[in-house]
Amino acid sequence: MGEMVVGLYVFVLATLTGREVITKVPPTLHTPLMSGANAISGIAVVGALVVSAQVDSGLAQILGIAAIVMAMINVVGGFMVTDRMLEMFKKN
Amino acid sequence: MDVSLGAELAYLFSSVLFVVGLKRLQSPATARGGNRLAALAMLIAIVATLVDNQVLSWTGIAAGMVVGSLIGGLAARTVKMTDMPQLVGIFNGFGGGASALVAAAELVRVQSTNIDLGLGDGFTIAISCLIGTVTFSGSFVAFGKLQGVVSGNPITFPLQKTFSALLFLTILVLGTSMMGVFEIGALPALTVFSVFTTIALLLGVLLVIPIGGADMPVVISLLNSYSGLAASAAGFVIGNNVLIISGALVGAAGLILTMIMCKAMNRSLANVAFGAFGGETSSAGQISSGDQTARSVDAEGAAMILAYAQSVIVVPGYGLAVAQAQHELRKAMDNLEERGVDVKYAIHPVAGRMPGHMNVLLAEADVPYDKLFDLDEINEDFGRTDVVLVVGANDVVNPEAHNPESVIAGMPILDVDKAKTVIIMKRSLSPGFAGIDNPLFYMGHSLMFFGDAKSSMTDLVREVREA
Repeated sequence: MGEMVVGLYVFVLATLTGREVITKVPPTLHTPLMSGANAISGIAVVGALVVSAQVDSGLAQILGIAAIVMAMINVVGGFMVTDRMLEMFKKN
Repeated sequence: MDVSLGAELAYLFSSVLFVVGLKRLQSPATARGGNRLAALAMLIAIVATLVDNQVLSWTGIAAGMVVGSLIGGLAARTVKMTDMPQLVGIFNGFGGGASALVAAAELVRVQSTNIDLGLGDGFTIAISCLIGTVTFSGSFVAFGKLQGVVSGNPITFPLQKTFSALLFLTILVLGTSMMGVFEIGALPALTVFSVFTTIALLLGVLLVIPIGGADMPVVISLLNSYSGLAASAAGFVIGNNVLIISGALVGAAGLILTMIMCKAMNRSLANVAFGAFGGETSSAGQISSGDQTARSVDAEGAAMILAYAQSVIVVPGYGLAVAQAQHELRKAMDNLEERGVDVKYAIHPVAGRMPGHMNVLLAEADVPYDKLFDLDEINEDFGRTDVVLVVGANDVVNPEAHNPESVIAGMPILDVDKAKTVIIMKRSLSPGFAGIDNPLFYMGHSLMFFGDAKSSMTDLVREVREA
């Protein structure tokens, strides 16, 4: 339980930090913000790797690899498409 | 799961880079660097994880990473800017799905070691799986609606809310059972988990189908928030702070955007989620248009009015995205500017299908972002403007919002009717998403320029040159 409570502290403080930082993003960048934030939620790939590293067969491995594929689509696709959009904004 | 000190420090460094990267999104000048910083943070976290863990089998992991990267990279390179809402929608779904799968894989792994899940672990796995799965199925429905595969109108059936509530209760019971509080007959934990996941998938679908197309900016923002929360929950499952922090950042981002979108429509989140608003269902506050006539104008006439104006404000809407007319629009406005006309763009927060949708389209067409103005910044200017050109927008310029009887009463709108002349480029007089008529079309100083935005705009470019 101790670990969970510490996790809760981290979660709440990170949420407040996020609120402070993101409230100041101008409307013109809301789409890149969303797709960039979306790419960050691909951090689940770390969880997928941690679980997958511990197994070498069976259902757990299949689920783990499926998680890696989905998270990597999110990470690579998200950061790349955000970069593509922001490149257009930079030309201005 | 013990994490070495080195890896913990690497995760801490990643977390800091994520925050700094997001902070740089506060200005278009630094935004691209910020996004790359966040990508670097992700790379550091991935490498630290791979170095820190004793990997039993590399093949599957490597294959998964390569396949995922290729699919994501291909989608990111080929997507059209007009299809950005769909892409972000489906990426949200993959993020949620990944988090749910992490929880599932962890459950299966722990089961195979014959150790009972504790109350805490059972709880985090249930939460992570629930949020992740709802995000996954909900995002696919949202994708379907945006892509036009699923009807954009709200889909409802009798007793829908009761049915959803019952499903949610079942989820609570099954979830509590997963925490080891009680056992359901002799059902194995994995069976309980499978039923739990299936119901969560169904809940995700039921969450999004009653929501109409123009409320998509809210839905996409909300699902974005969920995908972050799902990652955070997965962080609790495996006891990893970088997941908790990054997920919380995304959760906050999505929630802020959700609130901005709701405010821009003067509706509560509950009303968007359960109101089944728009489409052909709403009729309250409808005005009769039978005896009203709208005046129309052709490309030549519109070009004349625009070319001899001193100031023009363009109001783009979803119709611009559908017609993909952003480049033609910019060409037409370039021509006007060469003639000395002052051109500005007014962007309503919910114009389009996702937050900032119009800004991205106009950026693609090389419209400088300092010509784009937010609702609050530009609303005062309409009274001093010669011509407003509305391109494929409807509800966001509907003066009915000032009528307390109307279904859109109180929604902040762009007061385009204050301008001397309003030219409305639109396919027909049909109502917008809110399903109500727009009195703007019948006002004395309004002119309808009927047709597809792209071909109309091409004609306009030619006529302005000749004007």
